[in-house]
Amino acid sequence: MRIALVLTGIALSLAAPFFVYPVLLMTILCFVIFAASFNLLLGYAGLLCFGQAMFLGLSAYMTGLMLKTTGMSIELAILASALISAALGAFVGFVAVRRSGIQFAMITFAFAQFVYFLLLQSEFTGGEDGMQGIPRSNLFGIFDISDSMTFYYFVLAATLLVILLVYRIVHSPFGEILQAIRDNEVRVESLGFRPERFKILAMTISAGLAGLAGGLKATVFGFATLTDVSWTVSGEVILMTLLGGLGTLSGPMVGAGIIIVMNDELAQFGEWALIAQGIILILVILFMRRGVVGEAGALIRRIRSRKAN
Amino acid sequence: MADTEYALEARGIGKRFGEFWAVNNVDLKVRRGAIHALIGPNGAGKTTCFNLLTKTLQPSTGKIILDGEDISRLRTSDVAKKGMVRSFQISATFTDLTALQNVRVALQSSHGSAWRFWSPISSIYKLNERAEDLLEQVGLADARDMKAAELSYGKKRALEIATTLALEPKVMLLDEPTAGMGHEDIEPITELIRKVSRDRTIVIVEHNLSVVSTLSDRITVLQAGQVLMEGNYAEVSSDERVIAAYLGGVDDAA
Ligand SMILES: Nc1ncnc2c1ncn2[C@@H]1O[C@H](COP(=O)(O)OP(=O)(O)OP(=O)(O)O)[C@@H](O)[C@H]1O
Ligand SMILES: [Mg+2]
Repeated sequence: MRIALVLTGIALSLAAPFFVYPVLLMTILCFVIFAASFNLLLGYAGLLCFGQAMFLGLSAYMTGLMLKTTGMSIELAILASALISAALGAFVGFVAVRRSGIQFAMITFAFAQFVYFLLLQSEFTGGEDGMQGIPRSNLFGIFDISDSMTFYYFVLAATLLVILLVYRIVHSPFGEILQAIRDNEVRVESLGFRPERFKILAMTISAGLAGLAGGLKATVFGFATLTDVSWTVSGEVILMTLLGGLGTLSGPMVGAGIIIVMNDELAQFGEWALIAQGIILILVILFMRRGVVGEAGALIRRIRSRKAN
Repeated sequence: MADTEYALEARGIGKRFGEFWAVNNVDLKVRRGAIHALIGPNGAGKTTCFNLLTKTLQPSTGKIILDGEDISRLRTSDVAKKGMVRSFQISATFTDLTALQNVRVALQSSHGSAWRFWSPISSIYKLNERAEDLLEQVGLADARDMKAAELSYGKKRALEIATTLALEPKVMLLDEPTAGMGHEDIEPITELIRKVSRDRTIVIVEHNLSVVSTLSDRITVLQAGQVLMEGNYAEVSSDERVIAAYLGGVDDAA
């Protein structure tokens, strides 16, 4: 059943660009990665980072800078930028993980605002105008993937790799400790672990993945803007995660898809997009605690157990 | 070093919260291999003592000696590595993990696999056998794949003991292991504690006096953060001050 779902998903995503505008699809994929990175923190380590956009945005600018000023191949530029974001994540983690709950959220938020300010003031980012004309250099320095259709498959491959990686991390010895920390940090400490170190590593990995999303996004659109670093994007990823289902692997990815498509559909109505997001958030919190995927899973289990009886 | 008469010693430990001394100049000597009970009315400072001994809280005063070694400056995780592990008064399981996973987390502590975020979980299936042993010991063999959240209160407590045992502690601190348990659960847990005490030292906080009387070799009575007296069960239970303290404690609670 699960395998069938996964295979259908892959088949659909392979065929999708023939039916749907590839840039929209690629945007969804970037946010799938971004949401997965956030879910690793909130869903599995219990850390509410309210500044996830700093990792996305910083890496977007870094990727842009490298592609514009050096002849780096595209995958190297994105990877290097993701590493820079990971380093930022390690640093923010180092400062913030001793705090928990709302304090942790506030510290990460403060860092994100600071990064926003730095990028706004920096010359190379183009300030308010953003960084334009980011080229798509050759993959591995040889393959031309600049055409949208080809590029889509590159982004898709990257996304699938990230999903596999997150799956592996969540179902690893480390992942088990992380979940234990989420459930009861004091107990984990009393068993001889240093929870703060595990949380720093989780922050580092999560920031790196968010950076990957940012680098891809910059090459998808060919530009990077301050929006990518803004707190609205940090908030949006929380919405995606809750809407899809916290702590389920696929939930946040589904949530990312729904929000991006909705933003796209509602774009013509301007402010209304935001209001619609707010209303959805309220409805989800009130009626779908487990998110779309979580509720669907619960429904299936209920039907099954009824059949079994 | 390991031959000192006392496995655990506290010398004049104290903890101040603002102006209030929750634990005040407490001396404690726990003989190696003994079961040492720490009793006293509600709010006497028993849990705070445990918090100090395991460094969950930093003592305001005093020294803690484990196996002849001063551990006053170590952090909680290092105290655990030195062989002193506690359980908690308020059930402390990992609610979203299965019973097996709960114990396996503890087993990972000395296994060195905890950092491997790139390894599949099957790489630590070799710990399962030991985890199953421990679950079996506390009567949880059937609950192996149940989430801790789904277990009854008594079973959660048992799971916590299994998790604590997984570290093979030399000194085990149990904070009210039978609290909230039904009669049918108390007996086996008491038996279990006696069984695992054979090759280790145990300090137990317990309100159930029949459990205290069956298990403990030595009893320290705390009251208002200070040691009221120390002795065996007969001495303690016949002491006027202890009786008065307990009645006083009941009054306070009312
Ligand atoms: N973190 C804290 N801050 C302030 N006061 C505290 C703190 N922890 C404990 N206390 C106070 O210290 C006193 C001793 O508490 P403690 O929990 O050690 O008692 P106890 O002997 O374990 O009681 P019980 O039998 O109810 O578990 C109590 O008056 C409690 O209110
Ligand atoms: Mg207590």
